[in-house]
Amino acid sequence: MYEQMSAPIKKTIITVVGKDTVGIIAKVCTYLAENEANVEDISQTIIQGFFNMMMIVDTSRSPKSFGEMAGDLERIGDELGLKIRCQHEDIFTKMHRI
Amino acid sequence: MINIFEVYETNKMIEQEQLDVRTITMGISLLDCCDADLATLNRNIYEKITRSARDLVSVGRDIEREYGIPIVNKRISVTPIALVGGRACTCPEDFVTIAGTLDDAARATGVNYLGGYSALVSKGMTPADEHLIRSIPMALALTERVCSSVNIGSTKTGINMDAVKLMGEMVKETAEATKEDSSLGCAKLVVFCNAPDDNPFMAGAFHGVTEADAVIHVGVSGPGVVKRALETVRGENFEVLCETVKKTAFKVTRAGQLVAQEASQRLGVPFGIVDLSLAPTPSVGDSVAEILEEMGLASVGAPGTTAALALLNDQVKKGGVMASSFVGGLSGAFIPVSEDQGMIDAVNRGALTMEKLEAMTCVCSVGLDMIAIPGTTSAATIAGIIADEAAIGMINQKTTAVRLIPVVGKDVGDAVEFGGLLGHAPVQRVNTFSCEAFINRGGRIPAPIHSFKN
Repeated sequence: MYEQMSAPIKKTIITVVGKDTVGIIAKVCTYLAENEANVEDISQTIIQGFFNMMMIVDTSRSPKSFGEMAGDLERIGDELGLKIRCQHEDIFTKMHRI
Repeated sequence: MINIFEVYETNKMIEQEQLDVRTITMGISLLDCCDADLATLNRNIYEKITRSARDLVSVGRDIEREYGIPIVNKRISVTPIALVGGRACTCPEDFVTIAGTLDDAARATGVNYLGGYSALVSKGMTPADEHLIRSIPMALALTERVCSSVNIGSTKTGINMDAVKLMGEMVKETAEATKEDSSLGCAKLVVFCNAPDDNPFMAGAFHGVTEADAVIHVGVSGPGVVKRALETVRGENFEVLCETVKKTAFKVTRAGQLVAQEASQRLGVPFGIVDLSLAPTPSVGDSVAEILEEMGLASVGAPGTTAALALLNDQVKKGGVMASSFVGGLSGAFIPVSEDQGMIDAVNRGALTMEKLEAMTCVCSVGLDMIAIPGTTSAATIAGIIADEAAIGMINQKTTAVRLIPVVGKDVGDAVEFGGLLGHAPVQRVNTFSCEAFINRGGRIPAPIHSFKN
């Protein structure tokens, strides 16, 4: 019981990499809003000339499965000429936090 | 909270530096399949494997997608078949039917390799052990996905030289039996000293008798990531060099640990170990040789190579040990020739010989691995090479292994293509002075003095 209550919700990290164009954030956020995914944090920067954006998203209330959402966002990325990936947060926290 | 630069670093490792989880291997005990009737035994084995590993490949794919990290191979290891088939098999041909069953089960579950067509004979051979060993050439010729290994020595028991002699002959026969395929059968046959019970890597994986009914092991990799990290510390001293390898190994292993825990939870099978090995592939940028060269060697094989490899192996372990709750298997750097483009180049330019490779095996995690030698090499010479490697393992209390391919019809200067992860290799020169009288003595080499610790 204790474990269940204290287990944090798995967050999804969405990364967008590519050439900067108008409306990237709008398009991704619209999709997330339509699918009841809550954006908790957004940061962006330019690394080696490429636009990099990262969102921390809570998808626990979304009706879509992780796989469906990842597929949809990948297609949106293709339309915009960008690479959009969804990954569970754990892969990053495990690697960078002790 | 995780930041964008950390996310970028992880994804760069995966996309540009070929970080991957090399294998999720499910170990399955077949001891409860034993039966005196061969047909029943085969049926039991098929049912147990296909039931236990039914979801292995699909769970692997799910984890791959959700975490965005490639899991290159999904594999199975089983209890050494000589133990399982002892009652039902009265000749080598009986054992071959089990190899066929294992191949069918591997295909049904979708794994690319299944290991454990094995015998553990470090001190002596039972009739079943000998039948299994004699069946290896036929078993490997008739199956596609089955891998075989034989443990012929250990620090605790010494070296079974009768088995060494027999394995020299079996390697030759396997090469002959698969000569239409560049003697590919030998790529699926490993001769060990001090074989670990929980190795997830092929071709030497088997599920030891000390293990639970089923267990999940994970083998990580990432030579490309280590190489790129070392590029940032060119010219720095050894302290900086070692720290860099250690930190990188830590990060790589954490990814493996995560995958292992997820796979274990989703499959409802206990987590065994993470194997911290740097396993190269033939693709460019995924090479252990390139790491050694990045440390400052003009070519792998140059003086300094053994020291560089020792350093690498030790730092990988030091970094990885804290990143995982259970570490096991082989855990270190692999130095296969045909699977590592940097090694192949070094052999081709004349910088890397069999003798230097043997020295390197004293400090790496395995041994003489995926080396093509002339098809005319005698069984006694192959046995001599096996005995030398086993002696290194026995005295140094480490695992050593031999996976040589005496390619039928090929000689020094020729090249041979194995395909896929197995790569391609130049045929290397072997010392041709005879060791036949030594190998023919028969019997055992006793356990070394430092094994008496009780």
